Amino acid sequence: MTATHELPANVNQTSEGGQELTSAGVVAAGERLRELGAVLRMSENDAIVAEREQVPDDETMIINMGPQHPSTHGVLRLMLELQGETVLRCKPIIGYLHTGMERTGEELTYLQGPTNVTRMDYAAPLFTELAFSLTVEKLLEIEVPERAIWIRMLMTEMNRISSHLLFMATNGMDLGAVSMMLYGWREREEALRFLQEVTGLRMNHNFIRPGGVAADLPDGWRDSVLRLLDMLPGRLAEYDTLLNQQPIFRERLQGVGAITAEECLALGVTGPILRSTGYDWDLRRDMPYLAFDQVEFDVVVGSYGDCFDRYAIRLAEIHESMKIVRQCLEKMPKGDYRIQDKKVTPPPRARIDESMEALIHHFKIFTEGFKVPEGEAYVSIESPRGELGCYIVSDGSSKPYRMHVRAPSFVNLQSLPHLMHGSLVADAVAIISSVDPILGEVDR
Amino acid sequence: MTDIDAQGGEADTPAEIAPEIAPETLFDTLLTRSHEQLVLHPTRESYSALLATLHAAGYHSVIDLCGVDYLTNDSRQLPADIEPERFEVVVNLINHRERARLRLRVQVPEADAVVPSAFNLYPGTEAMERETFDMFGITFEGHPDLTRILMPEDWIGHPLRKDYDSGRIPVQFKGAPANR
Repeated sequence: MTATHELPANVNQTSEGGQELTSAGVVAAGERLRELGAVLRMSENDAIVAEREQVPDDETMIINMGPQHPSTHGVLRLMLELQGETVLRCKPIIGYLHTGMERTGEELTYLQGPTNVTRMDYAAPLFTELAFSLTVEKLLEIEVPERAIWIRMLMTEMNRISSHLLFMATNGMDLGAVSMMLYGWREREEALRFLQEVTGLRMNHNFIRPGGVAADLPDGWRDSVLRLLDMLPGRLAEYDTLLNQQPIFRERLQGVGAITAEECLALGVTGPILRSTGYDWDLRRDMPYLAFDQVEFDVVVGSYGDCFDRYAIRLAEIHESMKIVRQCLEKMPKGDYRIQDKKVTPPPRARIDESMEALIHHFKIFTEGFKVPEGEAYVSIESPRGELGCYIVSDGSSKPYRMHVRAPSFVNLQSLPHLMHGSLVADAVAIISSVDPILGEVDR
Repeated sequence: MTDIDAQGGEADTPAEIAPEIAPETLFDTLLTRSHEQLVLHPTRESYSALLATLHAAGYHSVIDLCGVDYLTNDSRQLPADIEPERFEVVVNLINHRERARLRLRVQVPEADAVVPSAFNLYPGTEAMERETFDMFGITFEGHPDLTRILMPEDWIGHPLRKDYDSGRIPVQFKGAPANR
């Protein structure tokens, strides 16, 4: 299906051929219905209605939005078929940020793995590290110490807060509330400061590793957490005043880009988008991992499945994450922060000075890596964007034979054509923003 | 009580050696367990029917679909009746009501790398099947728009195949002069 006809040189250089949205005149009727119904199977009645809606080719226009567009959150390219201001069809074209991370993952040892996967979802890097580590631990059949579990919970919930704050900022920016961008960014920076205090880096932490976490919490971490927990409620109240009570903001979001729970399930959409439809599903509560069965928190659901619900859910989830962080603070057990299993964990630094075996062992773990028994496993967690899963096939060596990451943004992006059908171009920006895709994770 | 348990435990060990146990099945499909996770092994012919059964049984979402190339890995565990092939399509389904997960592993021969598409039942597999096609060259029959999704449309080869060279080569942007 690649275009063979002569195109201007610059078009040839940028064309994605068959990946692009075909013009309405060329598309077969059945395929067109599919695109109109946004990949959902339509009922007979819907099909008849859609057939009537069909407009002549010369009244519509296909335009490109992105990949270099500030509201596409990176390098997402959308091809929109417009009739006037109305979006008839939409097709996301992705891959501009593809760097073959799954292939890279096959070349790195299990200890190096988190450095790779952490770069997928750069707004919530700890989650991909966690999914990867949990999968490796499942293959190794090891249990990490209690303290490591709670540190992981504390850190990922902190990361969820920072990720949702980033959403608050970009969502505001996309809708023209530019001051919101500054506020969201400011608070996110506070959350990142805590992550930096613990892991040493603002992003791409490589902190959660198979067997536990990289380091124990530093002195004074409780004060830092408390400072953040004291600061955030006031700031979130400001958001409430600034956004929720602002008629323009509400008008831009309410009723825009609605989706139902059935459609979400069929499309595999998870996370805040699924919850915004009123479907009560959160892996932290429904299929608990780490120690989420030991903490109290609410799963926030919406009722209309529109952009405003998705925004409101994320705002509410910041509050819920703060609840969890507070409980982590109270319940943080003492003990080891990584498993004391010689197979997986390098010996402590002090031992290397006095023991030749420890030195050799240390060297071996960091050069060869540890071996993981043959098998395959899929483990998933609830990332800020939905179900984040990791599937690893091991052949018994020290590198994964196959490492696949089920990225929530990649799947959630499939809902865009459906969300956008029949909406205005200006709403398209709000809809992309409310799906909150992270292109690093989409393209991997 | 404990005695019976102990006997049961002893009986387990020789049973593993003896091959005469009837293989476990679920939804009329061979079932294995991998780290407490349930794995079904449908054939390519029974794959579509199994998906229909699972959809009716409450597995409303295909959470993940990916390919694996077992070219250089002979260590995988499969039920005796399943003929190992080079490729595998791995499908993860979820049943929200029962909070259950299932994984399907479909064997796909290299010579005829075609699998029926799950698109009609699970439209969410659209992008995932395209990715599997892009990365492994496995064709999904009945997929409405089987084009590359991550790689450029004119890319040659399927990067996640084990016989696809990997290494540090200069990034090939379209239109960039070669051998830079």
